[in-house]
Amino acid sequence: MIVRFEYFAPKSLDEVLRLLDEYGPDACLLAGGTDLLLKIRAGAVTPTAVIAIKAVKGLDLISFDTTKGLFIGATALLSDFAGHPAVTKHYPALRDAALATANVQVRNMGTVIGNLCNASPCADNAPTLIAMGGTAVVESRNGGRCVPLEDFFKGPGQSVIGPGEIVTSVTVPVPPKGSGASYLSLSQRSRVDMSAVGAGVFVRLESSRIAQASIVMGSVGPVPMRASKAEAILAGKRPSAALFARAGEAAAKESKPISDVRASASYRRQAVGVLVERALGEAAARAKGD
Amino acid sequence: MKHVIELKVNGDSYQVAVDPWRTLNEVLREDLNLTGTKLGCGTGDCGACTVLLDGRTVSSCLTLAVEAAGKDIRTVEGLAPSGEELHPIQEAFIEEGAIQCGFCTAGMELSAKYLLDRNPAPTEREIRASMSGNLCRCTGYDKIVAAVDAAARKMK
Ligand SMILES: Cc1cc2nc3c(=O)[nH]c(=O)nc-3n(C[C@H](O)[C@H](O)[C@H](O)COP(=O)(O)OP(=O)(O)OC[C@H]3O[C@@H](n4cnc5c(N)ncnc54)[C@H](O)[C@@H]3O)c2cc1C
Ligand code: FES
Ligand code: FES
Repeated sequence: MIVRFEYFAPKSLDEVLRLLDEYGPDACLLAGGTDLLLKIRAGAVTPTAVIAIKAVKGLDLISFDTTKGLFIGATALLSDFAGHPAVTKHYPALRDAALATANVQVRNMGTVIGNLCNASPCADNAPTLIAMGGTAVVESRNGGRCVPLEDFFKGPGQSVIGPGEIVTSVTVPVPPKGSGASYLSLSQRSRVDMSAVGAGVFVRLESSRIAQASIVMGSVGPVPMRASKAEAILAGKRPSAALFARAGEAAAKESKPISDVRASASYRRQAVGVLVERALGEAAARAKGD
Repeated sequence: MKHVIELKVNGDSYQVAVDPWRTLNEVLREDLNLTGTKLGCGTGDCGACTVLLDGRTVSSCLTLAVEAAGKDIRTVEGLAPSGEELHPIQEAFIEEGAIQCGFCTAGMELSAKYLLDRNPAPTEREIRASMSGNLCRCTGYDKIVAAVDAAARKMK
C-alpha cells in the first residue's frame, strides 16, 4: 500500500466519536476493511486517520425482541449474522442476503453495516433490509438521528452519512403476521463475487390478498431502487404466478441498469424481472407459512 | 508512526514494529519469514492468503497487521503437530493428489480446518460451499473435495 495513514483502535464509542470529530473528512471508519482497504489502495479514498471500530465493546451485538424487532450492531459480522438463530428463524431473507455476500473469509471479516455504508448499488444486504423497513441509527458528537434505509443511499458510494458520523446499528421491525420476504441474486461466479443483479421483496397478506408489498432491486440503478409500479400492480390482489410475472415485467421496465464488467444492461433488465417474480413467489409462500 | 505490536502466531509470540498500513500477509511473509501463507490476488478473491484469526478463516491480504495484534493467528506452518508428523488434512491432500503447484494449498487446508472444526462430517455440497473462497488453477477441485472428505474420515 502506498497510501499512509494513522491507525486508531478505540475501545469506546465516545472515543470513536471524538476521533471522528477531530479528523472530520480526513477520517475513515474501518469495520471489516473488505471494502475500505481496496478503496484506499485504489486511491479512491485518502484518509489520514483510519479508525478501527471492532475493538469497541458491545458494538457487535445482534439481538431480537418480539416487540422491538431485530438489532444489528455496527461490527456484527456477516457470518455471525447469517448464523444467528433469531435471524434464521424470523428473518430468513436477511440471512439469505448475508450468505449471498462474498465468500467465507470475507464474511468472517466483513460486516452487515459496512456493506450498507459502502453504499454500492449492488450491496447484497441493502434491498431486503430496505424492503423490510430497516432504519439506521446514526451518531455523532453533536447527537444522533435515525434514517430509514430507504433514504440512506444517495448515489454509487454515497450515503447520507457525513464526516463525524457513524452508523451504530440498524434495526428492523418484527415481521408482522402473514408476512414473508425473500432475497435472490445472480452473479458471474455463483455466489462468491459481487452480485450482477439482486431483488429483495417483502409482502404481507390479509384475508388472502396482498395488503402490502415492497420490492427493492439491487445493481440496476445508482442506488438500490424501489419498483413502485410493480408494487402498485400487486396491491389488493390475490397472489398468483401470473400476477407475480406481471409485477416482474413492470419491475424490469422500471429498472435503470448500466453495462459494466459484471453484466450488460439488457441482461440485468431481463434478469431483475425474473428475480422479482421468483422472489415474490418465495415471499408469498413464506407469508402463507408453507 | 510505527506501532509496536505482539503477534501470536502458531502459539509463538513475536514483537514487531509495523506501519499501520501493512497487511498481516506482508508482516507474516516479510518480517516473520513465514512464507507458507501465499499472496495471490491481494483483493480477497482467491483465498491463497487464508489464515485463521481467533479460529476463523480470514484473508490476510485484507487484514491489517495492527488488527491482528494480540489475536490467535494460525498459519499452515502451525498445522502439523510436529516436524515429523503431518496433520490429517495435509496427509489427505497428499494421498488424494489434491496438490499440484501447491500455491493454493495452504489456504485450502486452513479453510478445510475451519470447516471440519465446525462440521466434522460435511456433505460434498457443504465442502464445496465452504471452500468456495479458495481458488485453484491446477486441480479442477474434485481431488480437493475428495481430500477434505478423506480428512473428515481420518479425523473421526
Ligand atoms: C472478494 C470480495 C467479494 C465481495 N463480494 C461481495 C458480494 O458478493 N456482495 C456484496 O454486497 N459485497 C461484496 N463485497 C464487498 C464487502 O465485502 C462488503 O460490502 C462488506 O460487507 C463490507 O463490510 P466491511 O465491514 O468490510 O466494511 P469496511 O470495508 O470496513 O467499510 C466499508 C465502508 O463503510 C464505512 N463504514 C464502515 N462501517 C461504518 C459505520 N459503522 N458507520 C459509518 N461508516 C462505516 C467505511 O468507512 C467504508 O467506507 C466483496 C468484497 C470482497 C473483497
Ligand atoms: S491474496 Fe488474499 S484473497 Fe487472494
Ligand atoms: S494446486 Fe496449483 S493452484 Fe491449486
